[in-house]
Amino acid sequence: MAAIELERLERRYGERVALGGVSVRVEEGQTLAVLGGNGAGKTTLLRVLAGLLRPHGGTARVLGAALPDERWKLPAQVGYVGHEPLLYRELTGRENLRYHADLHGVPHARVDTVLAEVDIADRADEPVRDLSKGLVQRLAIARAILHDPALLLLDEPRANLDPAAAELVEPIIGRASGRTRVLVSHDVEGALAESDVSLGLRSGRPAPVDAELYR
Amino acid sequence: MIAAARTILGKDLRIELRTKESVPAMVLFSITVYVLFHFGLDRDSLDGALAAGVLWVTLLLAAVIGVSRLFAAEREQGGIDGLLLSPVDRTALFVAKAAALFVFLTVVEVVAVPAFGLLLLGPGLGGAFPELLAVLALGNLGVAAVGALVAALAAETRAHELIVPLLLLPLLVPVLIACAQATEPLMRQDAVAEDLGRWLGLLSLYDVVFVLLSVAVFDFLLED
Repeated sequence: MAAIELERLERRYGERVALGGVSVRVEEGQTLAVLGGNGAGKTTLLRVLAGLLRPHGGTARVLGAALPDERWKLPAQVGYVGHEPLLYRELTGRENLRYHADLHGVPHARVDTVLAEVDIADRADEPVRDLSKGLVQRLAIARAILHDPALLLLDEPRANLDPAAAELVEPIIGRASGRTRVLVSHDVEGALAESDVSLGLRSGRPAPVDAELYR
Repeated sequence: MIAAARTILGKDLRIELRTKESVPAMVLFSITVYVLFHFGLDRDSLDGALAAGVLWVTLLLAAVIGVSRLFAAEREQGGIDGLLLSPVDRTALFVAKAAALFVFLTVVEVVAVPAFGLLLLGPGLGGAFPELLAVLALGNLGVAAVGALVAALAAETRAHELIVPLLLLPLLVPVLIACAQATEPLMRQDAVAEDLGRWLGLLSLYDVVFVLLSVAVFDFLLED
């Protein structure tokens, strides 16, 4: 069964076409690598798939939910790691995760589990504003998997992580997690190596994944 | 929905307790304005319509500060995306934000109203205090409902500091009229609750209309 089916997907910001003619199919458990230069439309695509942006044309079906009409079905099934950690700086890591756990109806015991998984339990009671970018990124990953989502939308998820931390989160957000994933990365070789399907974007349009993609 | 609203409200109150960004500024603004009136009018005591007008105009202007900051954490730290990525009815967000604003206004009034009495009120409130509490509570509810709506509308705009007062103050004119009219007799020398029921009824009607309207349109305000 397809986890993601896009057919000539289109999204505009005013007159500017941010995404146009994007078609792709990703089966359950597969990883889609989205590649392209700055401003190619990668983050816009992730936000459409998360239900944060409405598509303006074409069809999009994510985990069986037709977008935008059925996007209310997505939050319980989607974990999102974006450019912003979506954490409140004045709250501690644990308070942030408990807040999201309450919104998702997840027991607080799960918070302790994911804090241990990203190895940040000993710093979890410090305000987020006092943590390094790498530790905040680990918390953002913990937030994204808190409700055990079927689909992970990952925008440069290893940004700010040192090699040890990147290895640490591998079972959680890597291929070994068994989840369907959409991975945005500037590490072309790495992304292609851990993906089943790839999508190149240039100025919001599908483009071949080759040396020209970043020119 | 109630559980989600309680969670969001708890988070907002906790952040305010730690940052102290809204309530202290609102209190300081109110007291400063009362001091300015004290010297600007060159009078030690006001009563009647003038006292009611000074009290309510100041409180509503102080509310603008709270409304401007109501979505600050969401705007600056991506919290709106976090909420939209949660399986939460958006009405819960409205209820939580309106409740947070109601609490902020109440705390401000606990300090500002006695300060007003001390600096400007001639006759004193005397036995009219329960009636004033009823007017304050209904006034706060109206400001909270409209304020949460306006704050959400302005949250994603670049000029939100400009948009909030421009939208909020005209919408609060009925609250100002009803609150000032209900308060005016309480601040006369004889302090008789004249026509209080009529103005409290009008305030209640305003509150009900704006709570229902806000619940109805809040979903659309958060659409991209």
